[in-house]
Amino acid sequence: MPETQDQPNDSFRFPVEAGHIMMFARALGEDNPCYFDPEHEATRRRGGVIAPPTFVAAGAHFDPDWPYRPRPDEPWFGSGAGPGTAPASSGAGTSLHAEQHYEFHQPLRAGDVLTVSREQGETWEKQSRRAGTLRFSTEISRYHNQDGHLVVTARRVRVITERTVES
Amino acid sequence: MSTKVHDLAVNDSHEAVLVDDLSRTQIAMYAGASGDFNPLHSDEVYATQVAGYPSVIAHGALTMGLTARLVTDWLDEGEVTGFGVRFLRQVWPGDTLTGTATVRATGVEDGRDVVELDLVTVNQKGEQVVAGYARVHGL
Repeated sequence: MPETQDQPNDSFRFPVEAGHIMMFARALGEDNPCYFDPEHEATRRRGGVIAPPTFVAAGAHFDPDWPYRPRPDEPWFGSGAGPGTAPASSGAGTSLHAEQHYEFHQPLRAGDVLTVSREQGETWEKQSRRAGTLRFSTEISRYHNQDGHLVVTARRVRVITERTVES
Repeated sequence: MSTKVHDLAVNDSHEAVLVDDLSRTQIAMYAGASGDFNPLHSDEVYATQVAGYPSVIAHGALTMGLTARLVTDWLDEGEVTGFGVRFLRQVWPGDTLTGTATVRATGVEDGRDVVELDLVTVNQKGEQVVAGYARVHGL
């Protein structure tokens, strides 16, 4: 597949900030000083504060099209006075994360400014006895840093189930 | 107590509890940090009354991030260069997750030690919640 740096319409800027890395690391129960303490010897050995492997998931904050973020003056589908409403896209089932893959081409550091470009990958369907028709879709995201170097390649597979499933 | 990539051999393994009694607060922390505010993960009323689940569901990416810690805590002298999982089962508040990393292959690439790991994370019933792999290079 071609490189996608020339897709301005579907790319966005993702500044990697030290405080954001700290919050993300805390949410994972991390106490590794590499993620928050620039003075620690372990951090110095790595050349400064780095991000945990899955940090690029937090690029959702900067994605202008990210659907799972309430926006001013737009209805939100979660509960308020009422219990909320199912999003139209999912029908009676649920959109679930099926697979996630990352290739890390170089360490991601506090201070990096990433450009995220995405392209849709393959889609397919599968039948499930429990969940009905499963609709899978793949999205490839590439994260280039401020020097134009590819830092991370991510491949996410989502599945939308026809019916709600419990494990 | 750090283990170096260089010292690993095939079938070496490492097990660790990744979270004990997962709290709704930790799921909310992950929602805030990651930006994934899907109410399925953080809104008990929506999750039970609209989506039809017994409670909120932890983000798959939270379980994946916890599973990454299995690797980075074990090989803190390493650099994770590849990491992937399949999400096999939902993770709920109250779950206790334990991860196991097992060395599948070792080698040298461009003068750096490299190891390929198989990863499995299970819940308190022993059911797999994610399974995947990681590749780690020596620093």
